[in-house]
Amino acid sequence: MNLNLTLIGQAIAFAVFVWFCMKYVWPPVMQALQERQKKIADGLDAASRANRDLEMAQEQADETLRESKGQAAEILEQAHKRSNQMVEEARDNARQEGERMIANARTEIEQEINRAKEELRAQVARLAIEGAERILESSIDEKKHRELVDKLATEL
Amino acid sequence: MAGSNLTTTEYIQHHLQNLTFGHHPDNGWSIAHSATEAADMGFWAIHLDTMGWSIGLGILFLWIFRKAAKTATTGVPSGLQNFVELMVEFVDNSVKETFHGKSRLIAPLSLTIFCWIFLMNLMDLVPVDFLPMLAQKIGVLVFNADPAHVYFKVVSTTDVNATLGMSLAVFALIIFYAIRTKGVSGFIGELTLHPFNAPSKIAMIFLIPVNLLLELVTLLAKPVSLALRLFGNLYAGELIFILIAAIGLWQLPLHFAWAVFHLLIITLQAFIFMMLTIVYLSMATEEH
Repeated sequence: MNLNLTLIGQAIAFAVFVWFCMKYVWPPVMQALQERQKKIADGLDAASRANRDLEMAQEQADETLRESKGQAAEILEQAHKRSNQMVEEARDNARQEGERMIANARTEIEQEINRAKEELRAQVARLAIEGAERILESSIDEKKHRELVDKLATEL
Repeated sequence: MAGSNLTTTEYIQHHLQNLTFGHHPDNGWSIAHSATEAADMGFWAIHLDTMGWSIGLGILFLWIFRKAAKTATTGVPSGLQNFVELMVEFVDNSVKETFHGKSRLIAPLSLTIFCWIFLMNLMDLVPVDFLPMLAQKIGVLVFNADPAHVYFKVVSTTDVNATLGMSLAVFALIIFYAIRTKGVSGFIGELTLHPFNAPSKIAMIFLIPVNLLLELVTLLAKPVSLALRLFGNLYAGELIFILIAAIGLWQLPLHFAWAVFHLLIITLQAFIFMMLTIVYLSMATEEH
């Protein structure tokens, strides 16, 4: 337990160790630590920046989507309107056409009826005249007369 | 027990004696064969075991850390680098919390103190007889020595010379830093003009010796308390290990229990030595 030269030896050894540690151990480790710290900080920075970019892109995409949806809806609406219009138009056209055809047919029928009436009238007149001629030719012959009238009747 | 023909007292004394080499008044330069011979050598003797173990462990510490430092990458650190970085960061944080000045020395100094003292303390956990018995065998076989005269203390920090040597180095740094920040006059002023101060010069002349006495005690108490705290804790711990080893077969559970407790003391004492060094140095650099 005596104090002796060990004291000084230990102090010198201590000083040498501290010097070595300060010179060759501390700086490289500290440098590595600081560089890693910087690297991590940079990485985090880049990550947050990328995140922000992503957010922005998402927003843009959303907006574009919303816009195009609106456009599509508009187009659809227009198409609906147009098709309705077209159907309406076609219906109108068809109705008009039908009415026109019906009118045509009606006038034709009328004309036909008139023509038939005319014809009938002409035939009746001719038959009447014919009948009268024949009656006048053989007025006495009762039997013939009857016969003639019957024939006339069948011809009507 | 080392040497079964020893009594318990002799056994303990044998364990607490350093391997001393020095100039004996009668035998000349030689290794001391007994405690009295070692005491006769006076100041000009050296404890070979203390120096050997402390330097060896210091080199081990520096070798491990240097190895990690040389291959230190900024990428993903490997196991050893992880450990070294953990230690470095821990010490660096401790220093930054306490020492507010700028110094390239304080942090590596603290790291060296912590790791070195921890390693030296750690030797306390090696069973007390292993290394001394090995040394005894070598001493007998190689140097043809009397086995009873081969003293061997493994734990350097149980030698007051070792702890005092370190604390004196720290003391020198305290004075160096104090003078560097405050100048010689500032340092002397700090020693003489505190804590009592008087406006008149005549009163001051009477107060200066009182102040000097008080401040010198304060200043000198720092290295002495630093050294004796570490020495006392480790010496007591080592002594209890030796006492446990002396009781015979039942020593094993006791050894284990004390070793577990001692593990705490070992780390704590290394940490305290480091923290107090930082605190003292930061006090030395701060202006009042």
